[in-house]
Parts: sequence; structure tokens; C-alpha cells
Amino acid sequence: MSAPATPETGDLLYTDVEDDLRASVRALVDRQAPWDAVLRRTDTDDAVDTDLWKRLTQEIGVAGLAVPEERGGAGASWREVAVVAEELGRAVAPVPFLGTAVATALLLDLGSSDVTDELLAAVAAGERTAALAVGATRGAGRPVPVTVEQRGETLHGTVTAVVDAVTADVLLVPVDGGVAVVEAGGEGVTRTTAVSLDMTRRLTDLTLDGARGRVIEGADVDGGIERALRIGAAVLASEQLGLAERCLADTVSYLRERHQFGRPLASYQALKHRLADLWVAITQVRATARYAARCAADGSPDLPVAAAVAAAHGAEVALLAAEDALQLHGGIGFTWEHPVHLFLKRARADALVLGSADHHRSVLAELVDLPA
Amino acid sequence: MTATDSPPDAGSLDATLDAAALAERVEQFLAEHDPSTTEPVEFLRARFAAGLAWVHYPAGLGGLGAENGLQAAVDAAFEAAGAPENKPRLNVIGLGMAAPTILRFGTEEQQQRWLPSLWTGEDIWCQLFSEPGAGSDLAGLATSAVRDGDEWVVNGQKVWTSMAHHARWGILVARTDPEAPKHRGLTYFVVDMSAPGVEVRGLRQITGEAEFNEVFMTDVRIPDDQRLGEVGQGWAVAQYTLMNERVAIGGGTLPRESGAAGALAARWREHPEARTPGLHDRMLRLWVQAEAARLTAERLGQQQAAGQPGPEGSGVKITYARLNQECSSLELELRGEDGLRYPDYTERRPEVEDYGSRDAGWRYLRFRANSIEGGTSEILRNVVAERVLGLPAEARADKDVPWKDLPR
Repeated sequence: MSAPATPETGDLLYTDVEDDLRASVRALVDRQAPWDAVLRRTDTDDAVDTDLWKRLTQEIGVAGLAVPEERGGAGASWREVAVVAEELGRAVAPVPFLGTAVATALLLDLGSSDVTDELLAAVAAGERTAALAVGATRGAGRPVPVTVEQRGETLHGTVTAVVDAVTADVLLVPVDGGVAVVEAGGEGVTRTTAVSLDMTRRLTDLTLDGARGRVIEGADVDGGIERALRIGAAVLASEQLGLAERCLADTVSYLRERHQFGRPLASYQALKHRLADLWVAITQVRATARYAARCAADGSPDLPVAAAVAAAHGAEVALLAAEDALQLHGGIGFTWEHPVHLFLKRARADALVLGSADHHRSVLAELVDLPA
Repeated sequence: MTATDSPPDAGSLDATLDAAALAERVEQFLAEHDPSTTEPVEFLRARFAAGLAWVHYPAGLGGLGAENGLQAAVDAAFEAAGAPENKPRLNVIGLGMAAPTILRFGTEEQQQRWLPSLWTGEDIWCQLFSEPGAGSDLAGLATSAVRDGDEWVVNGQKVWTSMAHHARWGILVARTDPEAPKHRGLTYFVVDMSAPGVEVRGLRQITGEAEFNEVFMTDVRIPDDQRLGEVGQGWAVAQYTLMNERVAIGGGTLPRESGAAGALAARWREHPEARTPGLHDRMLRLWVQAEAARLTAERLGQQQAAGQPGPEGSGVKITYARLNQECSSLELELRGEDGLRYPDYTERRPEVEDYGSRDAGWRYLRFRANSIEGGTSEILRNVVAERVLGLPAEARADKDVPWKDLPR
């Protein structure tokens, strides 16, 4: 029963390389996926901006950042992945970046084999997309139930609400004692895209009935899945940071323009104080998300705490930012033809994805010896 | 009167003085002045004369014109050698606020007169800014200074003055022109706290003790050579003083669970019988917020060290005020019946406070002031909204009206 030790914090600032990466991603996303294009897509069956994804992966290489060069990646780290997540969150870009990050983390964790090497290199190069077939709300720190069973050579079962599986080429399916690598378009695989609260990141209900896959067996597959979900939570916190910053920036611009009672709305103290509080909260998310990314990048033993703190705080602040943005935009923010609802839906969904804030706090309670 | 126009670490910066060169000077100084045999005051005076007091100050004023960032290593070397302290906590106003202001706005004569004994801790300083009628709206203050030949005659009342009962000198803002709009009629002085007409009274606060003072000034005479800056320039000088109030956030790793959140967590671990699901959730939320605040303060320190000073300081203060209040309040709740008892309401004059060692009830009460002292959380939100987010100021009626015509 004692206070936790204080690990070294490490660098929480952005490097020049990270700033350059951000600028490249932002320029591309602003050009290819402005909010009205993102909005239009939500009314179609075309869930993912595959053209944008192709450019992000092939021109900028966003899928290979955390993969070492000798395994086909860019040899950067989770810090750079987190910076990309900020920018994609800012744009609510409908691309399978988060799912790719989780799948990549798992493939890296599973170690080298014919199956993982080939797939990892293809994912890193943006040639193929992989998704971990685990329900969207599952978070690190609690066991993930296995719902797919192996019967001889074939796989049977369902996984509901999978993130970024809509256009995935390969599904990584947890089975008893291993992970099955399944061709998503193969026989015996049925994918049903759900109408999702967040239509910029649609969920897939997955049914396997006689599907075939190569099973990677390992001593610590469960641990690998947990670590991948944890890195996913760390990356998601940066997405929440970008999303929250966008909400604040848009709201500040709107309140400066909008006049009522003969004054800009931005001159009313009741509104200024609300935005100031939001800004303070966002500076905290920047610090916690950077710390989680730093821990993921360096393999710090403090990653479980860092990710839980970043995810719990990021979820609540992003949600507050989006809800405040809607409220302070007034009626216009409630219309379909305005971007705020895209941000609100993403923030609301993000606060459940990879574990809710409550999930992360209850995990944290055990990590830092503050039991219920 | 000629004001020095450069801030402390600009101007005569000596780039050849790196960490190694300074370490060598410290070593040489310590060889010539054994801390175990030299009288503390003599030692501190010699250290000032050697330019090893605050190394970023100019030569002749306790410094060597070195980089500000090199000070920490010098302090550490003196501390490791067992050198005497210059009362950094008792003289926090002097060292942190008065000194930079004297350096920035004082004449050479004023700098030579006040800075040596300020740094050595021989003279404690206090700050005579807030008044009963002028807290957040400091520029509305009413203490008057009327010129009489080479002197000024001061009348008025100041409040919330820390250390006034120890202080030899005070930095004072007073109104010298009631006909001018409020920001333009102020002048900045240094007042001798032992002068006739200065009366210091302890101000009892909600914890029972009297940590602060009221200072009454009745026909106090201040020589004109104790004026800092020009007549009517007092607001700019005061702004400079206040800017220095929150400069030091500090670098390095802050401990996890330091401060109020740590006391709360310790209580939780020690008393399983007090645990309920509702309290657990509240405590975990505060723990996450405290950890977020810690990392934010560290990130701010890293930004400052990298020469990218950010406006996050105001946010850090708002956050710590709220966290201190909420953590200590929840801690009282965890204490149950003990939370109803209070150690001692006897009026006392505490010296330097060590919050960590105090009872939860005392901390609960004392932390109520955190969101008021040193800039209320409401004013800090205005600062963030206007200076960081660029939102317009609220319409106001007091900017161009003579001070004497403002409603009070």
C-alpha cells in the first residue's frame, strides 16, 4: 500500500520531424477530405475514403510509421503515429487509421513468422489493410472473450461492432490459444456494416461460418491483444486531442463572427469562461496524450498507467468540446448541413471505443493501488 | 531618473560563461569562503559580490550576465557544500517580484541600494498592491500619494500583505493623479516599512490564524528617490511585477501524487473501511485530473526550457486551485467523524507554511484561497480567453473616465 513511483516523463513536445509530418497530413486531408465531403459520404454506402487512405499510406506512409525499416516500415515510432491521429481526428477523416494502428501493434507483438512478416510489410506499405476482430468497446486491462471457435480447419462464430473492418483485407480473429489470420473477402466470412452513431467510422458485425485462416499460436497471444488495445487507447487519445482542438477552434471563430444584442458573442464572459476552461482541459489532453505516445514509443513500463490516464481524460474532454461546440453554435449546430454533428458523433463514439473513461479508471485503480 | 531598459537576462549576456566556467567559479569561491566557518551573512554578502547570487543579473549586482538557465546548477553546488540560505521562502516577494522590478525600472543608485541586502535576506520585502476596494480591479486603487517638495505624502490602506510584519521594505502602487483615467494616474514607490505612519496589523483568516496583514498608511513620507519609474507609469511597473509572480513553474519531473491528490490517495489506501463506490469514482476522477495537471505543468516546463514560453501558466494555476479544493474536500469526506474536528482555531502568526504537514480540515479551508490569491480563477479565465484565444474584451465603462468620477 504505497504511492506509485514516478517514472521519468520524457519529451512531451513535438519534434521538427513530427511538425513536418503534421503539416503534410494536414495539407492532404484539407484538400482531399474537407468536412462537407466527409458529410456527403455519410449519406452513402461508401463508408471509407479509400482514395484518401491510399494517398496517406502510399504518399506519406502513415501505416508504416511504427514498423521498423527491416520489417517494411518507416522506422519511426508511436509518437509519429499519434501526431497523424491528431490530424485525422481534427478532420474526422473516414479512413481506417485507428484499426490499422491496433492491428499493427498486434502483428509487431506476435513476432516474426512467414504469416506476420508478409502481412506486416503489406500493411505498412498500404497495400493491404488489417483489422483486429474484437468488439469496439473492448479495452486493455480486462479479458477479451473469444467468440470464434475452431472446428478442425474452419472457424465459426460472430464478433459484433468491429472498428475499421468495413474495407479491411485481412481480419485478425482471436481464437482459443491464438489469432487466426482470415481473408476478409474469403468464403464463409459475412460482413454487415452497421448504421453507426458515428458514420465516419462505421462498425462491422462479423459472422464466420466455415471460414478458413492460418492460426498464429503463441504463448502470450492474450497479452499481445491486451498490449495492442492499450497502444490503440494511447493513439485514440491523440485523435481525441485533435478532435477537441478542432471543436474549440471552430467555436472560437464562430463566436467572434456571430453578433447578438449588438455585440460579438465572443465578448460575453459567460461564453469566454466556458471556452477558457475548455482550452485548459485541452492543454492537459495534449500533455497526457503526448506522454502516452512517448511511453508507447519507448516501451515504457508506465504505458498502462499513461494510456489509461490519457484515454480517460481524452474521452471526457473531447466529448465536452464537441458538446460545448454544439451548444455554443446554437441552432445552426443542430442542422445536418453543419460539421458540428460529425464531431459530436465521433467524440461520443470515441468515448466508448477501446474502453470507456470508466473502464480506464477502474483499470487504473488496480495499477496504482487504489482499490475499490 | 534613468530607467534601465533591458530585462534581467538580456543585454550584457556573457556567452563565454557556460556551466563549466560557472562551476569553476563556484568551486574557487567555496575554497576561499568555507561555509562551515564563515558567518552566514558574510558568506552571502561575499557570494553576492562574486556575482554568484543570481548569475543572470548584471555584474556588480550579484550576477555575471550569464544565462538564466545556469542558475539551478549554481544553487545546487552551494547547497551541496552546505552554504547558508538567503531566506528564499520568507523573502519570496523580494526575490521573486521586487528584485526583477528594481532591476528593470530602478536607477543604478536604487539597484545598488536595495538589491544586495534583498538578496542576502537581510531585508525582507512585501508588496503593497491590493486594497479593500481594489482586488481584481487593481488599477482602481485609492491609496493616494501627494507630492510635497522632494517627498510624497501617502495615505491609504492595503490588504493581503504577506510578510509585512517581517518586512523592511515594501513595493507600493499609489494614486498620484485622481484626475487621470485610472490606469494613467498611478505611480510606483518603495516604502520604508519602519517609517512613521506605517501600521501593520495581522488579518485573521478563516483558518483562525493571521497569515496576511492589513497595512495602514497615515501621512507616510516617501522621498522621491524611492520612486520606481516615472510619475504616472505605475501601472506598467506593477504589471511587470505581477508578470514575475507566476514565471517560475519549474522544470524537471514533478512527483506523481504530489500535493492534495497524494494526501487523498494516501488516506484511501490507509482506510479501507471508508471506501464506497461513489467515493471511489470521485477519487479516481481526481487522481486522473491530478496526473493530467502534473504532466501539463511538466510540459510547460519543457516548453519554457526550450525557449517556447506558452500561456499555459494561467491554466495550470486554475487547475491546481480547483484540484486542491476538490481533493481536500473529498479527503474530509473520507475522514467521516474526524472530518468534523478541527485542530486549532487560535489566532497565530504562522511562519512559512508547509501545507503537506497540516490537517485536512486546515487544508480544506486554506485552499479556498487558491482560486482568489494571485489572480482569481475568473480573472485568469479572462486572461486565457482574451490573450490566448483572442476573444474580445467585454465592453467597459472605466477606461477613459477620470478615476475620481468612477462609481465606487
